[in-house]
Amino acid sequence: MPSPASAPAIDVVGLRKSFGDNEVLKGVTFDVGRGEIFALLGSNGAGKTTTVNICSTLLRPDAGTASLSGHDVVARPEEVRRAISLTGQFAAVDEVLTGRENLELIARLRRVPGPRTVATGLLAQFGLTDAADRRAATYSGGMKRRLDIAMSLVGSPEIIFLDEPTTGLDPEARIEVWRTVKGLASSGTTILLTTQYLEEAEQLADRIAILHGGTIIANGTLSELKTMFPPAKVEYVEKQPTLEEIFLAIIGTKEAN
Amino acid sequence: MLRDTSTLTGRLMKQILRSPDTIITVAITPIAIFLLFRYVFGGAIETGGANYTNYLLPGILLITIASSVAYTALRIFNDTSKGITARLGTMPISRSAVLWSHVLTSLVSNAVTAVLVVGIAFAMGFRPEASVLDWLAALGVLTLFTLALTWMSVIPGLTATTMEGAGAFSYPLIFLPFLSSAFAPTESMPGPVRWFAENQPVTSVVETLRALFEGRPAGDEIWVALAWIAGVGGLCYVLALRTYRRKV
Repeated sequence: MPSPASAPAIDVVGLRKSFGDNEVLKGVTFDVGRGEIFALLGSNGAGKTTTVNICSTLLRPDAGTASLSGHDVVARPEEVRRAISLTGQFAAVDEVLTGRENLELIARLRRVPGPRTVATGLLAQFGLTDAADRRAATYSGGMKRRLDIAMSLVGSPEIIFLDEPTTGLDPEARIEVWRTVKGLASSGTTILLTTQYLEEAEQLADRIAILHGGTIIANGTLSELKTMFPPAKVEYVEKQPTLEEIFLAIIGTKEAN
Repeated sequence: MLRDTSTLTGRLMKQILRSPDTIITVAITPIAIFLLFRYVFGGAIETGGANYTNYLLPGILLITIASSVAYTALRIFNDTSKGITARLGTMPISRSAVLWSHVLTSLVSNAVTAVLVVGIAFAMGFRPEASVLDWLAALGVLTLFTLALTWMSVIPGLTATTMEGAGAFSYPLIFLPFLSSAFAPTESMPGPVRWFAENQPVTSVVETLRALFEGRPAGDEIWVALAWIAGVGGLCYVLALRTYRRKV
């Protein structure tokens, strides 16, 4: 058994999980190096959240193993929980509390010294200083998500799970969150990110694995993945003008006259 | 575990303090029923000469507790649907602290509502003859009753798929005192109804509280009441923990 220090941050081997007759994971294997940003790409229902829930000790696998920072999720959930932090599909913030109170709550539970100082630092890092003492219920979707990610960083866990961090956000908020995640990469934190969007994986991840039909069908860097697929084809498609183009064309002819 | 529980209870108490209307909302319906029976129907109900406010208070308190624990289910549902329960489940904290914080919050908010209802009862002519020991015994029975119903509320809180579904379990509980000796003596009820009323848990709890408030010996009734509370509460506690382990 590798010592925790030299083990990969995440090591998943042959993971299987069924819900009733529905076999969601049929032997999922991948590993994530320390400090790497790894994207699990897949459509809705591909098993991304199931994989994250097993890795974060919320679900027990039917078969296979998952080790986080060298600790087995089934045998040593306590050690795993010390090493990880989960940002789930919905922003898990207490909307009645202020942004600061949410951060201080997590700091107290994680036994981090100086909860107030920690909160102040994270609020500044995530551009929430002005909103610090407002209830989270008044935050925009993007702000809630940023607070949510900030809460995951309290106590500097080694590994962070981001389960569909931008689903349900408008394009502007999505770019906000991308910027935040890119910022985390430089701090050396290992990130496992799930997404339905190829663009998001391209933007953020060092390595991308495609989860389909309960197994990983491709795994590699973006350029490696590109060589596995047929070269881009050029096709000519007749394009209908948009309303805007029609409008501009009419205006243009009128002005020419 | 104590430290995690108190941190998490602090969070929930902040929620309640910031929307104190929930405490008022919980008390309004029971107080309305109280007034209705005392001043509208009460004159027509024959209770054998007892002070009807004294007679009503135990049942009204139980209805208050039943409507209050619905809010515990709603708070747990809210935490679960927003992912807060999952987040806490992946943190290095005591496993039982998460549920105990909700249960303690329920006890505290129920205590506040109960004081409010008893205060109103005094204004309506509640005249107890209880000794200090009787009061302590009544407080103990009410606390255990609240504890049992709160553990019951944890189960729909964790499993419900809608907000309405989470609170729905409390409707039959609120209705149960009407099919007991809480408002009228069971002797006046027709056969099957009377049989149900005399053998369901609320009647024994009501009779126990009534005896304690009036300074009468509660007799066997208190043991029947405690057995019901321990049985239902114990079962709900085990089921709630199992549900939590399955979900988180």
